[in-house]
Amino acid sequence: MTETPVLRVANITKTYHLGSTLIDKLSRDPNKHSSLRALDGVDLRLNKGEILALVGESGSGKSTLAKILVGSSTATSGELDYHGNPMPTHRSKDASRRIQMVFQDPYSSLNPRISVGSMLKELLLLHKIVPRGEVKKESIRLLNLVGLEEDALDAYPSQFSGGQRQRIAIARALAVRPDILIADEPVSALDVSVQATILELFAQLQRDLGLSILFVAHNLAVVQHLSQRVAVMYLGRIVEVADTAELFSNPRHPYTRALIDSIPRMAAGSVNDEFVLEGDPPSPFNVPSGCRFNPRCPYATDACREIDPALATVAPGHESACIRADELNELAAAGTKNN
Amino acid sequence: MATPLLSVSSLTIGIRRKGQPDTVIVDSLSFDIQKGERFGIVGESGSGKSLTLRAIADLLPKGVEVLSGSIRYDGAELIGMPAAQRRKLMGPEIAMIFQEPMTALNPVVRVGEQIAEGPRRYLGLSKQAAAELAIEMMAKTGIPDPARRARAYPHELSGGLRQRIMIAMALSCGPKLLLCDEPTTALDVTVQHQVLRVLEELCADSGASLAFVTHDLAVVNQTCTDLAVMYAGHIVESGRVAEVFSDPRHPYTKGLLDSAPDFDQPDRELVSIPGFPPNLAARPSGCPFAPRCQFAVEACTTAMPPTDEVAPGHFAACFESARIFEGAAA
Repeated sequence: MTETPVLRVANITKTYHLGSTLIDKLSRDPNKHSSLRALDGVDLRLNKGEILALVGESGSGKSTLAKILVGSSTATSGELDYHGNPMPTHRSKDASRRIQMVFQDPYSSLNPRISVGSMLKELLLLHKIVPRGEVKKESIRLLNLVGLEEDALDAYPSQFSGGQRQRIAIARALAVRPDILIADEPVSALDVSVQATILELFAQLQRDLGLSILFVAHNLAVVQHLSQRVAVMYLGRIVEVADTAELFSNPRHPYTRALIDSIPRMAAGSVNDEFVLEGDPPSPFNVPSGCRFNPRCPYATDACREIDPALATVAPGHESACIRADELNELAAAGTKNN
Repeated sequence: MATPLLSVSSLTIGIRRKGQPDTVIVDSLSFDIQKGERFGIVGESGSGKSLTLRAIADLLPKGVEVLSGSIRYDGAELIGMPAAQRRKLMGPEIAMIFQEPMTALNPVVRVGEQIAEGPRRYLGLSKQAAAELAIEMMAKTGIPDPARRARAYPHELSGGLRQRIMIAMALSCGPKLLLCDEPTTALDVTVQHQVLRVLEELCADSGASLAFVTHDLAVVNQTCTDLAVMYAGHIVESGRVAEVFSDPRHPYTKGLLDSAPDFDQPDRELVSIPGFPPNLAARPSGCPFAPRCQFAVEACTTAMPPTDEVAPGHFAACFESARIFEGAAA
C-alpha cells in the first residue's frame, strides 16, 4: 500500500469560463459570467501495473481528467505527480512520452493519409527510440505485440476493420515505450465480438509489459471483467474507489448502487429494479449545494444538503464520499421491505 | 394463430448495379411480429438489421432498394403501395424512433410543436388540442415540467430528455407498431434504464408492438419477448428470448453470447469470434458464417443451410446444429 503510485492527482480542478465576448463582459447578467467546473477537486492514484477503471455518466468529467493526465489539457489547479515527482505544466518531450493515450473512435484517431509504417517510423525517430536502421524491425515488433502482421506496415487505416484500427492505435501508443496508458472508452465503438479481443489485448499488455492502465469506460460489465480497481466519478468528483470485486459486491455510495442496478443483465430473472435513479445528472454550471448527488439520492437527509462530503476510507482500500456510507446496506434493505 | 401485425417474407434488400449482379445486403429475410409482441433484432454492424427496419418504414438510403419480397402490415402489402398511401401509415400506424435524437429532431422548431405536428396532420386535431396532447405525451414519458419543456428547443435538452421527446413524438398518434433503431445506444446506463422502462410501460399500456434493433444482447434480454439474430443479411436464429439465450442453437449466437461480458458472471472468460464478417459484394457460397465457424464441415461451404425448427417456436439455420448442441447437452 505504501508503494509510490506511478501517477497521483490531488485536488485537481478544471474550470472553463464562458461568455468571453466583450458584450458578455459588459453585461450585468450574472449568468453571462458563469463558469463550468468540469473537475472539482479530483483525488486519484494509479498504482504500478494495475488497470484502474474510471466510470461515470457523460459530463462527469472522465474525459477531461484523461486529457489532463496525458497533458493535452492543463488543470486549473491541483497537483499531478508522476512517480512521486511533480509533473511540470509544460511537459518535455521525454515527460510526455511516458503517458500515452488510446482514443475512443479508431475511425477518426488515425490519419487516413499516412500508412501504418510511416506513422510508427515518425514516432520512433522523433523520440529516438531506436536508431534509423532498426526502425523497421521495431515497427514489426510493435505490430506483432498487438496481434498484427508485418504486411500491415504498407497499408493505410482505411484498409482495416474497426478492431484492427484500434490495435494500430494501441501500437502507436506503445511505440514510444510509455509506462502509463490512458484508454478513453477504447472498445465502445467496436462490435461485441471484437470487443473481447481488444479487452484481452489490454490484459495481456498489462501482464507482459507491466503497463499501468487507466481505463475510462461507461460499460460496467466490461469494467468488471478487466480492471483490478474502479473509481466512480460523478459531476467532476470521484465519489467512490475500491477493488473491483469489493465495489460491485459492496457499493458504499448510493450513486454506485444506482449504476450497478441500471446495468442491463444477460440472465433471465436477474433484473434488478429496486434502485432506479430519477432525473438527469445536474448541470456542472450549477452544482447543488451539499453533497452533489443529493437531488437524485433517495437517502438524502438535511445534512446531505449542507455537508459536501470528502472521500473517506470506509474499509481497507475502499473510499466513499457519502456521509451515510455506513448505513447504506440497512437503508437499502429497509427500502425493499417497504416496497 | 391470428394474422400477424407485420409479416416480412423473403425480403431482399440491395443495390442495383448496371451490367453486374446486384449487391445483396439483406438476403430473403422472413419474420412475423404478432400484435403486442416485442421483437428484438440483434446483430453486428453491417448485418443488415437497421436496413431491414428502414425498409419497413420506407426510409432506405438513396440507392439501396427492396429487390424482392414482401412486407405485409395488417394484411396490406407495403411493397409497391403508392407513396402517398404508404406515407399515411407512418405515424398513426407505424412510427419510428432513431438512435441519435439530436440529429433526428429539427433543431429550429420547439419540441412541443414537433410532437404536435403528427396529431394535427393525422388525427385532425386543432392547434390548441394538439399542443395539449403534446404536453400530455411528454408527461407520460416522464419528462418533468412538460408544459415548460414543450417550449424548449432540442439543444436545450439532455440526451435522455431528447430521446423521451422522440418517444412522445412516435407515440403521439397511437401507432400499433413502433420501430426502434438502437434507441438507447447514445445514452448513459442510468438514463438507458429509465428510457427502456418508459418504452416498455407505454407499449404495454397502448398494446403497441415493438421492433427493436440493437447490438446489445443484455438490452434485448430486458426489453424483448422474441428475437432474431442476424448475420450478413440472414436470420441465423430466432425464437423466444429466454430460450435462445439459455439454449442457443446456432454457432454464431453462441459466439455472440460468449463474447459479451455478463455482469452476473464476472469470472467467465470472454471468447471472441475469430475472423471478420464477409464482404457483401463477394458473398461466399453456402453459410455466410462458415469461414468463421469452428464447427464448419464440407457441406457448409457449398449450400445455404435451411431454417429448421429445432424446438417449438425456435428456429436455427445450421446444418450441424443437432450435432453441436444436442451432442454437447448429452
